[in-house]
Amino acid sequence: MDNKKSNTLRGLLLGAGFIAVAAFIFTGCPSQQSMFDSGDAAQKVYVAPGEHDEYYGFFSGGYSGQLSVWGLPSARFLKVIPVFSQDPETGYGYSEETKPLLMTSYGFIPWDDSHHPHISQTNGDADGRWIYINANNTPRIARIDLQTFETKEILELPNTGGNHASSFVTSNSEYVIGATRFSIPYEMDLDVPIDSYSEEFRGALSFIALDPETGMMEMDFQILVPPYNYDLGRAGKGPSSDWVFFTTYNTEEAHTLLEVNASRNDKDYVAAVNWKRAAELVRNGAGETMSAEYYHNYYEGNQGIAINDVKDQVTVLTPQDGQNFIYFLPTPKSPHGVDIDPTGEYIVAGGKLATVIPVHSFSRMIEAIENQRFEGHVENIPILDYDATIIGEVENPGLGPLHTEFDGRGYAYTSVYISSEIVKWSLETFEVVDRIDAYYSIGHLMITGGDTKNPDARYLVGLTKTAKDRYLPTGPKQNHPAQLYDISGDRMQLLLDFPTIGEPHYAQAIRADIVTPNVKQIYEMEDNDHPYALRRVADNRVERDGDVVRIYMSSTRSHFRPDNIEGIRVGDTVYIHLTNLEQEWDVVHGIAVKGANNSEILVAPGQTKSIKWEPTRTGIYPFYCTAFCSALHQEMQGYIRVSAADSDVPLTWSTGGN
Amino acid sequence: MNTYKPILTSIALFLLIPLFYACGGEESSDRQTSQPEVEEAGLSDFELEHGIGPVTEPVEIGEIDPDLVTKGRNIYEMKCEMCHNYQGRMVGPELGNVLERRSPEFVMNFILNPGGMTRDHPVGQELLREYMTVMPFQNVQRDEARAIVEYLRFYYEENY
Repeated sequence: MDNKKSNTLRGLLLGAGFIAVAAFIFTGCPSQQSMFDSGDAAQKVYVAPGEHDEYYGFFSGGYSGQLSVWGLPSARFLKVIPVFSQDPETGYGYSEETKPLLMTSYGFIPWDDSHHPHISQTNGDADGRWIYINANNTPRIARIDLQTFETKEILELPNTGGNHASSFVTSNSEYVIGATRFSIPYEMDLDVPIDSYSEEFRGALSFIALDPETGMMEMDFQILVPPYNYDLGRAGKGPSSDWVFFTTYNTEEAHTLLEVNASRNDKDYVAAVNWKRAAELVRNGAGETMSAEYYHNYYEGNQGIAINDVKDQVTVLTPQDGQNFIYFLPTPKSPHGVDIDPTGEYIVAGGKLATVIPVHSFSRMIEAIENQRFEGHVENIPILDYDATIIGEVENPGLGPLHTEFDGRGYAYTSVYISSEIVKWSLETFEVVDRIDAYYSIGHLMITGGDTKNPDARYLVGLTKTAKDRYLPTGPKQNHPAQLYDISGDRMQLLLDFPTIGEPHYAQAIRADIVTPNVKQIYEMEDNDHPYALRRVADNRVERDGDVVRIYMSSTRSHFRPDNIEGIRVGDTVYIHLTNLEQEWDVVHGIAVKGANNSEILVAPGQTKSIKWEPTRTGIYPFYCTAFCSALHQEMQGYIRVSAADSDVPLTWSTGGN
Repeated sequence: MNTYKPILTSIALFLLIPLFYACGGEESSDRQTSQPEVEEAGLSDFELEHGIGPVTEPVEIGEIDPDLVTKGRNIYEMKCEMCHNYQGRMVGPELGNVLERRSPEFVMNFILNPGGMTRDHPVGQELLREYMTVMPFQNVQRDEARAIVEYLRFYYEENY
């Protein structure tokens, strides 16, 4: 080391030491907070073993069809809730109880693409009772109960192609919305040439009424709209809470090569719908009844086998002159997201091809409607004057702005796909104040407590589409990432970057203390209303009715009753109805039978679940508990003897020689 | 110059460590006081005879109440019979004559606090050694445990 360098170094060392000591002397012991401010991201996401996270994060599974549950800020993975796809781990979609949930007018569908989870709301705040999520491909909406974290209900949307603008709820969970992404002929099963698009194809906006006590869904009405692509939606808040908003693209009405053909117009529309007015019109008979076929699948009691309630008609409202419930707001340019700020005043659209983020004003929109500032009509829907509704355009937002959420402190955060960043901008000046990289290609973002009147806005999660080099490589296809940012200060700070399941398309997070007091630890045996439940241990039995054999079986640590069964014959259809007689939190039993061509089932304490088994070969079939339940778990097993179809082995069952 | 930056930073941080370390005292004393008190005291005479749990005083036992017997039998058949015979051991001990061996209060405490009884009571510890399994809590409430005792009294009178 030459002298000059070493002197400089010595000087710097002294300087650094002096500054450090001086800083300490002048400021005293650093508080916990100032340690954080110095950039210790690890501290901010550290939740000690045995302690709990402050938020539940619900991340859609995208093409996994499921919903994953995370603790935030630690990003502890808590659970996958199976929703639209079969799950052999739990038996969801394989068990007799859950198979009917996946029935549609197109038959049994084992998969879908789940995009937008949305938590039920009361007075514009998330109430943590239920979470709704859409199926994009075969249009459906599911309701998940946040007492048990289980899918309880699935409703199919009739005459809809691609239910993407879903499943957003209104401020008091009056409605959950759905919409056609791919316009199709509205009339059921209509067989027409594709190039009759403009004449025969239509969009449908769906308004599904929610029962305030049970959260149950009912298709109330659909609004028939021009054949555009209805992409995303959100409900208004506060002054705008009677309204919902949908983005459209493809106002060009292209039906081929949309990449080019649907990107020609300078502006498409945000559709603003006064749902309260529309519902009144429907109540007063303005709608017409049209034939449709769609499934409504749900449980009738606490437990039991889900039922298929098949509907054959739907109420349709076609906008007429003077009905004043739907308007188009011209918006540049193939807008994707439409997001409403916590005050309900700002309607922010993400024009994925636009160079600005356009912000409409709700109060200006109302004024423009009153003053009839229309630049035209399409199919009886007034098109409002752009200058009359727009209140700001955020300049320099990056390339490809998509979705916006809000912190309730006057700032908006927009995800920007092509330039892969998040921009923070002011709702007062409409100027960008901060920006931070996303890894990589961000789609949705979400703020803790977001899309409500009162976001907590401690953290922001960016949901990104490719991981590339972020983690240890796992081959050509890698899991999608999410990034956690601290947004409590002036500048956004990246805290954590973690892989998720499926495609975490959108997510919501809610303060855990709203949810946890209602989470059930067991199913009370006294309330088990399953038709094949065992309510008395002594009732365990096997019954034959023709070729159908039902085994009423119970489990407790560490045995099944019965565990020796004879008299089953090849050609029988055997149902094993397993009731878990445990009443202790998280003591789960499962059952798997050799050669069964479906899955195991896991049965929670106090629950009854059933699996169908059709033995095709004679022999002795072992079965066992799949859940590691106790020290004697390995002893938890049994045998079923299967005899030839014409055998006369009597039907017998036993446990422990009695 | 850039090559020295990390070194300089670490040296600066290193200098701060002892200073910050002195600030840690308060937190560690907090930790000490939050330690749960270790139960060292032996069991009371009541606990030795009647078990550890929510039943801390003698329970009133009178004439057999048929309604209570019915209630107790329903719970017994739903939540106990899986592992207990009336006569002869199964997963757990026989219960037809359990009231010869244990007091009603003991039976109730065992039903209501099986984990605690197994861990902290000499009889519970011995039963674990003998049966090699911990009785699960079956979400039985106190009045239901009392009803189970009534049913076991009835059963004993009828069969012994």
